[in-house]
Amino acid sequence: MTAIWTMIAKRIGLGLLTLFVISIIIFGATELLPGDLAKSILGQSATPETVAAFRRELGLDLPAHIRYFNWLAGAVQGDFGTSLANKRAISDLIATRLSNTLFLALYAAAIAIPLSLTLGILAALYRNSVFDRAANALALTSISFPEFFVAYILIFFLARTGLFPSMAQVDAQTAFGDMLYKTFLPALTLTLVVTAHMMRMTRAAIINLLASPYIEMARLKGMSPGRVILKHALPNALAPIITVVALNLAYLITGVVVVEVVFVYPGLGQLMVDSVSKRDFPVVQAVALIFAAAYVLLNLTADVLSTLSNPRLVHRK
Amino acid sequence: MALLLTLLKVAIAIAIAMASGWLFRAALVAITRGETRKMLRTAPVSAGFGMLVVFVYVFVAVFAHVIAPFSEREIVGAQFLPWDSTHLLGTDNLGRDMFSRLIYAARNTVGIAFATTALAFIAGSFLGLLAATVGGWLDQVLSRVVDVLMAIPALVFALLLLTIFGTSVVKMVIVIATIDATRVFRLARSVAMNIVVMDYIEAAKLRGEGLFRLIIREILPNAMAPLVAEFGLRFCFVFLMISALSFLGLGIQPPTADWGSMVRDNASLITFGNITPLLPAGAIALLTVAVNFVVDWSLHRASGLKE
Repeated sequence: MTAIWTMIAKRIGLGLLTLFVISIIIFGATELLPGDLAKSILGQSATPETVAAFRRELGLDLPAHIRYFNWLAGAVQGDFGTSLANKRAISDLIATRLSNTLFLALYAAAIAIPLSLTLGILAALYRNSVFDRAANALALTSISFPEFFVAYILIFFLARTGLFPSMAQVDAQTAFGDMLYKTFLPALTLTLVVTAHMMRMTRAAIINLLASPYIEMARLKGMSPGRVILKHALPNALAPIITVVALNLAYLITGVVVVEVVFVYPGLGQLMVDSVSKRDFPVVQAVALIFAAAYVLLNLTADVLSTLSNPRLVHRK
Repeated sequence: MALLLTLLKVAIAIAIAMASGWLFRAALVAITRGETRKMLRTAPVSAGFGMLVVFVYVFVAVFAHVIAPFSEREIVGAQFLPWDSTHLLGTDNLGRDMFSRLIYAARNTVGIAFATTALAFIAGSFLGLLAATVGGWLDQVLSRVVDVLMAIPALVFALLLLTIFGTSVVKMVIVIATIDATRVFRLARSVAMNIVVMDYIEAAKLRGEGLFRLIIREILPNAMAPLVAEFGLRFCFVFLMISALSFLGLGIQPPTADWGSMVRDNASLITFGNITPLLPAGAIALLTVAVNFVVDWSLHRASGLKE
């Protein structure tokens, strides 16, 4: 039992290390810029005085490693500095948007995960049938579609008739039920984008096991095919399924950027896109750090869970 | 009733796609000889369709200036004109001919995506093969760097780099190529790892072959099959990423015609029930599906499975 916990502790340690290195990259990327950051943002026409004042404001007169540790210490406490574009505290800009983005991602996950697991199990159960082939073809096509294409098709068919709003405008006062209704189309878009992959992997993980002797034994005992899959195949297929679910949740994080822009949803993705075109790099750095942290965290959770789902690793002799 | 009609249309479209895929394969079989012919004869209909679509896109991209009735940037009429005989697909938000822009975009978007993929590929596979062949600290350093870069979501990383370097086509190509090169590196390295332990590599080393000759003449030919399939998949990812960035207004910049930004510029038409803005998005989707079909077939062939 202790071996497994040291393994998990090691994995978490490694995750934290990764996150630390990522934060260095995100911060250090600005140092890559040839020449002076302040000059390149202010443009050629800026006077030396403005550049100097701007440098002081950004703290660029301090050495890089001190700026980095100041930034990191602030970030850990939720203080990301101020935006260049509107001089507001970044933590204020982010606070509500972060919860909006999390809401949307969780909403999509709450539909996508049960749906894709069910479809995957059904496809494994009725493999090579018409249902299986159709699901497979749909999966292949939906992976190839750009997110905004899926989003606009949904708007074309569902929003134009007035069934659902094409813009997901929500604020802090929006009630929960109303929020579910207004964000249904963005959530559905994300669901369609990630379901295919999860479904295919679930099917593959289960079918891989169906040739094992213990499955044959269960079949020979006269078990129904559904029971064989649910009771015998599924528990052993959990590790790859958990991995692919986490991978897709991580994918939701990037998918959310485009979908938020299409549906004018006030989330982190939209903030990031706006800030990129304004070259408001403190905001972009903060959002990138949050996205990357969520990404690393999800992969870490997947690793730990798939280890725990294997009894051979948990109860080692 | 309307739903049934839509389903009927979809069924007809699938039937036409399958028939044209079959015909294109038959045509290819007729004009080729020897090994290629044998290979094409066993290709599934979906791969035939994929090849047809890729062929059409390349044709349109090369002959864009001949096919397009108007120029890419010229304002030819009022804004948002409906479809008619002069402007086949109407005009866009600035009054430029939609059909012509759609055709020029094939050249711009596909061309840029192809160049980016090629760049990512050359860099990624060369470094991957090098890391596997040389091993030791070089392999350790490159692999750890790639590990860290891959831990940041691709789109987020691209956005971060574009903020710092500013948005332009050349910068975008370099940024995306760098990000995708890390993925190619992983594959090339793991494929080459299995090759460098072979006896013939040992023999080549003993013959006194130089490092680069070893990589290019001995390892690369044997790693080609998975790398070619990866090229197709990578192209799809790069293509979707460029389209997404252009859609967000951060990729290919106006007035250059490009499918991603065309969707963005004309999106307001969709709420009025006009499908024109969906066409560039559909063009993106169709090409990715087609490439995936071809890749599926080549993966199937490379794996040596028979039916």
